[in-house]
Amino acid sequence: MSVPIILFFVCALLAVAGAVLLILAREPIHSALALVLVMMALAVLYLLLGAPFVAAVQIIVYAGAIMVLFVFVIMLLNAGVEERTDFSKIAKWAGVPLGFFLLLLIAHFLARSSIGTAIATGAGAAAEQASTRELSVQLFRQYLFPFEATSILILIAILGALVLARKDE
Amino acid sequence: MGFITQHPVLVVSLVKIAVLLFIVMTALAYLTWLERKVVAHIQSRIGPYYVGAHGLLQPLADGLKFLFKEDMTPPTSDRLVYLLAPFLALSLALTAIALIPFGPPHVTWLGQPLFVVSNVDIGLLFLFSITSIGVYGVALAGWSSNSKYPLLGGLRSSAQMISYEVSLTISVVGVLLLAGSLSFNDIIEGQRGYWLHFIPRWHVFPQIIGFLCYLTAAIAETNRIPFDLPEAETELVAGFHTEYSSFKFAMFFMAEYANMITVSCLATILFFGGWLSPFPDSWTWQNYLPGAGLLLLAAYCAYDTVANMRGIAQIQFAVVTLLAGGGGLISLYPPAAAVIQGPFWFTTKILLILFFYIWMRGTLPRFRYDQLMSFGWKLLLPVSLANLVITAFVIIWPLLRHG
Repeated sequence: MSVPIILFFVCALLAVAGAVLLILAREPIHSALALVLVMMALAVLYLLLGAPFVAAVQIIVYAGAIMVLFVFVIMLLNAGVEERTDFSKIAKWAGVPLGFFLLLLIAHFLARSSIGTAIATGAGAAAEQASTRELSVQLFRQYLFPFEATSILILIAILGALVLARKDE
Repeated sequence: MGFITQHPVLVVSLVKIAVLLFIVMTALAYLTWLERKVVAHIQSRIGPYYVGAHGLLQPLADGLKFLFKEDMTPPTSDRLVYLLAPFLALSLALTAIALIPFGPPHVTWLGQPLFVVSNVDIGLLFLFSITSIGVYGVALAGWSSNSKYPLLGGLRSSAQMISYEVSLTISVVGVLLLAGSLSFNDIIEGQRGYWLHFIPRWHVFPQIIGFLCYLTAAIAETNRIPFDLPEAETELVAGFHTEYSSFKFAMFFMAEYANMITVSCLATILFFGGWLSPFPDSWTWQNYLPGAGLLLLAAYCAYDTVANMRGIAQIQFAVVTLLAGGGGLISLYPPAAAVIQGPFWFTTKILLILFFYIWMRGTLPRFRYDQLMSFGWKLLLPVSLANLVITAFVIIWPLLRHG
């Protein structure tokens, strides 16, 4: 077993464990921290796939900005421990098997995809790392329109949040 | 020997990590000493004086005091998160320093660059990603203590760090546009050369506004006076670390000073040419500056030892004299002088910035909370944004004119 493969399994397990903990934890802050764990594990997976820029941005944006705001709001509102409800019948008998079926389906297609083979053979880590310059050339030449459209969408969302949060005069 | 030749990267990295950790921990300890001394002299006091000559053993005594104090955990705290918070704060603060290149990459040892632990292509982004999760240490400490003042302190400090992180990042982008790279080595090498044969091509001159924004935001990021509202003792007891005692408190303390060192290193790299000397390469006498400086220090210490020190302090200061003198003599040996050029200039610049930090603390009063927020969002952010837009425009202007 090479080092990238071992790292992959460690981080994949951490990501899954974090995701399960996120759902099972009853304290909102613990859930948020579990989600941070998932983000960090994903960032390491991006590194293994030869995408250090995406990995760094993943940590800055998700773990460093969005989840910090989550934690901040949970602290500010002093959200208490969640209450548990019983499993509904439909969820128990239809949801669980269907969920497993979906998981198998995704695993099946991922295993046959190029990403899956790249991870399995460790080729992802060995592949040439896409430089930040190449990435930005792609972003600002070929994908300029989607990029600008996304930024306008985000601007609209910010303005919407401002309007909603404004006090009535 | 076989293991070392088979895994040079691993062995060299481990040795570098151990050495850097030792240096940084010592530097943290003596930064507290320097701060107490400088602030004391600003306020016409003498500061630490009795533990060791000139109080030089005070950091050691403080460290021992922290180790032997009772380590209390509040019974109502969230135990796991309460323990996690100081570890997170300190380990992230120390990890960030691993990315800093203290000297030029061509000085190697077993084929590895000697002066940087982890030479990452997108170093700046990685540094920001590490510092951006540094907020958790403070926020979680405030929350997990399950007590009023820490919670308020944690909330304040998260709000402050989130607000000023935006300006901090944007103020740096101007330098990125000039350098055209995210790698620390490239950014520093891009500052080589001179304007008018004597002004070094440091980014601080074209990016003076960016530098001022960076400096302000960096002071706020590290929760220092005049932005130290998270631990304003008149309002919040001690802020987020009120409930922490013993070594866990010391960890927050060390993390704060480690962050200070990190932002000073970043300022040096981005704005002051990193390890580059301010003088032209043709001035060969500058190779002997570190040695000469240390010998001068040794001469002063020798005078002080003979003239002012008595008893055990005299012996201690004689040791300091011998250390400084020996270091000076080694630094004068030409091969050693060439190697330590880079680290010498780097540490000199860091020390000047750290001194500025301490000077600020001794001079300025604390902001009020609403002043802090409106300053960050209504002044600092627009100014750094304007700086970014103008820089981008100046860079793109020749391209636009010529087609």
